[in-house]
Amino acid sequence: MNKLLVSPSPHIHADVSTRTLMRDVIIALLPAVAVSVVFYGWKELLVLGVSVACCVLLEYLATRFLLKAPSTVGDLSAVVTGILLALNLPYTTPWWVVLIGAIVAVGVGKMTFGGLGQNVFNPALVGRVFLLISFPTYMTHWEMPQGLFGVDAVTGATPLGVIKEGLLQGGTVPQLMADHGYSYGQMLLANMGGSAGELSALALLLGFIYLLVRRVIKPHITLSIWATVALVSLIFWLAAPDRFTDPLFNLLTGGMILGSCFMATDYVTSPMSVMGGIVFGIGIGFITLMIRYFGSYPEGMSFAILLMNATVPLLNRWFHQKKYGRA
Amino acid sequence: MNRTFSIGGVHPHDNKISRGCAIETLPVPETVYIQLSQHIGAPAKPIVAVGDKVKVGQPIAEPGGFVSAFIHSSVSGTVKSIAPRKDLAGNPQMAVEIAVEGDEWLEGIDTSDTLLTDIPSDDKAILAKIRLGGVVGLGGATFPTHVKLSPPPGKKCDMLIINGCECEPYLTSDFRTLLEKGEQVAVGTAILKQVLGVDQATIAIEENKPEAIAHMEEVLASLRKLSSNYAGIRVMSLRKRYPQGGEKQLIDAVMHRQVPSGALPIDVGAVVQNVATALAVYDAVQKNKPVIDNSITVTGECFPRQANLLVRVGTPLSFIIDYLGGVPEDAVKVISGGPMMGRAIANLDAATLKGTSSLLFLTAAQTSRRAETACIRCGKCADACPMGLEPFLLVRLARAGMTAELEENAVQDCIECGCCLYSCPAGIPLLDHIRMAKGQMLGIIRSRNAKK
Amino acid sequence: MSTTIIWTIVIIASLGLVLAVVLFLVAERFKVEEDPRIDIVEKTMPGANCGGCGFAGCRAFADAVVKAGNLDSAFCPVGGNETMKQVASILGVAVVEKAPSVAVVRCNGSCAVRPKINDYQGAQSCKVKAALYAGDTGCSFGCLGCGDCVAACQFGALKMNPETGLPEVDESLCTACGACVKACPKAIIEIRPKGPRGMREFVSCVNKDKGPSARKACANACIGCGICVKTCTHGAIVLENNVAWIDPAKCKLCRECEAMCPTGAIHGINFPKPLDKEAVKGRVQERQKKAREAEAAAKVAVEKKED
Repeated sequence: MNKLLVSPSPHIHADVSTRTLMRDVIIALLPAVAVSVVFYGWKELLVLGVSVACCVLLEYLATRFLLKAPSTVGDLSAVVTGILLALNLPYTTPWWVVLIGAIVAVGVGKMTFGGLGQNVFNPALVGRVFLLISFPTYMTHWEMPQGLFGVDAVTGATPLGVIKEGLLQGGTVPQLMADHGYSYGQMLLANMGGSAGELSALALLLGFIYLLVRRVIKPHITLSIWATVALVSLIFWLAAPDRFTDPLFNLLTGGMILGSCFMATDYVTSPMSVMGGIVFGIGIGFITLMIRYFGSYPEGMSFAILLMNATVPLLNRWFHQKKYGRA
Repeated sequence: MNRTFSIGGVHPHDNKISRGCAIETLPVPETVYIQLSQHIGAPAKPIVAVGDKVKVGQPIAEPGGFVSAFIHSSVSGTVKSIAPRKDLAGNPQMAVEIAVEGDEWLEGIDTSDTLLTDIPSDDKAILAKIRLGGVVGLGGATFPTHVKLSPPPGKKCDMLIINGCECEPYLTSDFRTLLEKGEQVAVGTAILKQVLGVDQATIAIEENKPEAIAHMEEVLASLRKLSSNYAGIRVMSLRKRYPQGGEKQLIDAVMHRQVPSGALPIDVGAVVQNVATALAVYDAVQKNKPVIDNSITVTGECFPRQANLLVRVGTPLSFIIDYLGGVPEDAVKVISGGPMMGRAIANLDAATLKGTSSLLFLTAAQTSRRAETACIRCGKCADACPMGLEPFLLVRLARAGMTAELEENAVQDCIECGCCLYSCPAGIPLLDHIRMAKGQMLGIIRSRNAKK
Repeated sequence: MSTTIIWTIVIIASLGLVLAVVLFLVAERFKVEEDPRIDIVEKTMPGANCGGCGFAGCRAFADAVVKAGNLDSAFCPVGGNETMKQVASILGVAVVEKAPSVAVVRCNGSCAVRPKINDYQGAQSCKVKAALYAGDTGCSFGCLGCGDCVAACQFGALKMNPETGLPEVDESLCTACGACVKACPKAIIEIRPKGPRGMREFVSCVNKDKGPSARKACANACIGCGICVKTCTHGAIVLENNVAWIDPAKCKLCRECEAMCPTGAIHGINFPKPLDKEAVKGRVQERQKKAREAEAAAKVAVEKKED
């Protein structure tokens, strides 16, 4: 017989590890990745490849040589960051811009805080926002998708950008929508123009449902964002339909789905308690809409999430679970 | 939808692989070692001397305080020594060593199988019999039962709950007891109900034991025809969820009441007793038989022979294991109790106690802890905590020694159920640290209350 | 353009001025009157805030001694006599000198002599391990090896030796603050006087088991045989609960007990020469033999007288 193993209880453990959780997130992102590769072709694959490879390599180097700790590449969190960053970039982004984004995401957004679990801000978003501010030309220049073997590249803008631009030039929302032939069905399925993650709401929702079924995340943050966006934009839209876009448009466009399902629900940078998560979601929804309606950028999801990330320590302090037998 | 408790909980696979094994009686070993501290409270004081002849059921130690219990010889034979002996954790504990000679029972103990359904009317006499019978809570806490049955004046009990949840994976001894000795458990329940002066008693069983639920319904139906003592006892099926059998969780599930922090179940009108305790009460009151044996599940996927055994108190664990074929080659851990709250055994020569409910063998793959990695703040520990605590926070505070914050965040409410550590994807030894912090905090609170 | 800059400077400067005045007024208004000697005493303290003196930190120590006006029950083990002299001169009181002390690990059950009988898996904390069970060796009194003492030491004076699995004290860094003593759940570490030129003799074992089981668990255990007690001519060794303890106040550092100890549980440290065990043993045995002969002779003499 072997030597007996002695340890404090419990003696069995759930079949979940950081690695399996991250693997589930990667699986959940696959439909969106697949759709984007089909629509954008090899250029999107390049963006994805550079982003993931660079994030993983950087994580490895930083843990080994900066933190002088065992490498944490095996937990797959760097892969998730890489995919999310890539989904946040236009497929036309040059490889070196992706590289810089990945360095900022993992290097600044994650490792300077001490690695996985310590970062205050969502690393992928830190990378994206850095690029958005530093290289606005690359980040706001879109070419309409033309499929895997498409030939004719058409330069265009995202629906949010089109509306913003149009409103500035004195147009009205319904007129702009009609002019560009936007339909909700199209928004839901694909082919909208924009970064890969803005492409297909349906593919992203599929992944979101997978995460819920696997109990990787709880839906409260996402639902709270959606509810806030729907409610607030409904009020504005009812008040001035010419000036403000409607709730469904706001829910389906831009980084709304990607952000609310995958970025705002990031474990590390979201509140621990359900109540805290709901407040967190309300904040994201509200700030996003304010930026979309009144800000100078057409899209505000990334900024909203980053801003609310900063409030998480406070939300964790304010909101706690309901305790047994205590008022 | 069946009832369950309202906060947290986890769903480990129940692995009740020994559920089909009827309770068999283990032969009496050559020597038993009966520990003097088998219950919560003061150790018992020995009342026999080395060289004394004892019979089965003869008291060999008397309570060492108010919260303490009688201890009886589980065999007949000669007292060889009264000396410290290593318990299952390897710590020395006073034990009475008895060399077995024959199997002669003390007069007055009814060893027949006849079911006695008439309950004596004198509550004081019943309580005295329970005390003299050395009955303690056999669900694991081993709190002396007669103390629990004497609620402080001014506090009234509304509901007696008989805990038949057996929510720990692998364990089946309570299930088998319900199936095979359901009548006795029912009579024991009626006795407890009468002593407590309550109208309502609930035998709570998780839904994964439908045979036990059906059997108990049947038993109660036939007993109700016999006497009015059995009115008001009902069987309740609960959803399968760990830690349903925790006293506080069970009260929440059955009565939808929550025991306030620092209070006792009786403060919300509840008294919880385990199935095995109800049986022990029946034996002590109706049969004059003290607690000298108990049912123990011996199980594990790697263990060749699953069994539910009736074992004399003080039987060396190694005797039980050898009887069933020895420790399997691939087992690395032997646990006394269930896999969630049981204790890993360091010393297989230790003897069984009244509260020993199981011997569980686990392989390295089943039980090894994951290497600790960084907390990813997933909050799974907080979701799992049935007390609504935040283990991720408590463990940080505990590691930093922040006592005031630990108390604010209710570390003292922890019931050590293990849900947090069970569900942590980063393998952080949450409960290890929280348990220490809780112990310290209880000490601080106790000394503070003592000063007042 | 330049007006913008000027205005900016003016506004910022005036804002700073106003706030400075506010801060000054608030500081004046809420000033707490304190004995100035507290500050002076605190400055002479080592500033480690280790709590080794029994107070919550250096400030609390300073506060307590200034308020008490004497040093009767206060001693800073970190600063030692030097610091205490300074504190005494500030307070104008007499100083009580204390022999410099050091932490001593009283377990020599290294991995080689104390075999593991089970494997521990759990939080790497001696406290957690001690609460769980007797430990992963046969000795339920010995070092658990998780390094709670190392973590408790603020001065980096303790290190685990991976080879022996035991903590080792770096005497040059140890301040005898006692944090490790409190941290050790097995009460293995003792604060003992450093001894002349650091030389000291101690029993490196706390096993209270009876001889055979102690010996079985660890080859280096004190088995409570009492040979050291009989050997010691200074009455410095006490045997209680099957374990010997050398009183540093009485020990004359003759090292006879060390030579006679059958298990090597007694350790001598910082002696200039290695102990010649056989020579000392021979000397002691010779002396004991003579004593026995003398005793026998005396007995015979007494018997003769009675006859």
